[in-house]
Amino acid sequence: MGCARIRYCSWALPFLFYSSLPRSVKWRKKQGLVEGGHSMASEEESTVKEPLDLIRLSLDERIYVKLRSDRELRGKLHISIRVWESYGGYHVVNHGGNVFPRGLLSNLLWLKWAYDQHLNMILGDVEEIITTVEIDDETYEEIVRTTKRTVPFLFVRGDGVILVSPPLRTA
Amino acid sequence: MLFFSYFKELVGKEVTVELKNDLAIRGTLHSVDQYLNIKLENIKVVDEGKYPHMLSVRNCFIRGSVVRYVQLPPDGVDVDILHDATRREARGS
Repeated sequence: MGCARIRYCSWALPFLFYSSLPRSVKWRKKQGLVEGGHSMASEEESTVKEPLDLIRLSLDERIYVKLRSDRELRGKLHISIRVWESYGGYHVVNHGGNVFPRGLLSNLLWLKWAYDQHLNMILGDVEEIITTVEIDDETYEEIVRTTKRTVPFLFVRGDGVILVSPPLRTA
Repeated sequence: MLFFSYFKELVGKEVTVELKNDLAIRGTLHSVDQYLNIKLENIKVVDEGKYPHMLSVRNCFIRGSVVRYVQLPPDGVDVDILHDATRREARGS
């Protein structure tokens, strides 16, 4: 069980300890995992059900957000981990209307995310990039200008968000 | 609901609200509601030369939908309180 999950989310190293606990056959059957079979596809299906799941899997914390009005943000999505004692099991956690994938979050971890279904989010150590295009009056050429700004701790209202993704490698 | 609880914890702290029309207002957070409408006290517009409209305004009410960002104090909030509020909400729903 542990191996397939490591391949899929290799950045989740701190959490591998928790996901490699022994699991009974009965539990595996309940999870829909075939014992000894290659279940990569079904795991992917069960772990990324909705678009918001991709954000949940950004466990390295840094994300890239594209906003309206030609703005971009790079920041740290605030995450914290709490040991989840008493739920005792493998059922799905409903947190603010979002469904946590059972496979990734074992019954020992509860990842709390600083965003909600509107994509309101709280980011830390944020760099904002504003892109403006100016047209020179004489030459009519386009000048693309970017302004950058850093903010330590920022709440972003979700209606301005276009997309959220792991940070681009070119940055 | 999550961020409504979060902002309730921040009441009394100084925040800077940046609106979608690029106006940025710094003030003390007085109250917030479920729509994330914000009431600020003792406000100061960040670029007063550019936006003289609010020179005489002490307190203001900002409709939540016009907010682009809220710049929060770096010491933020006690994250544990937020965790507990979220957990309570998750259990309740």
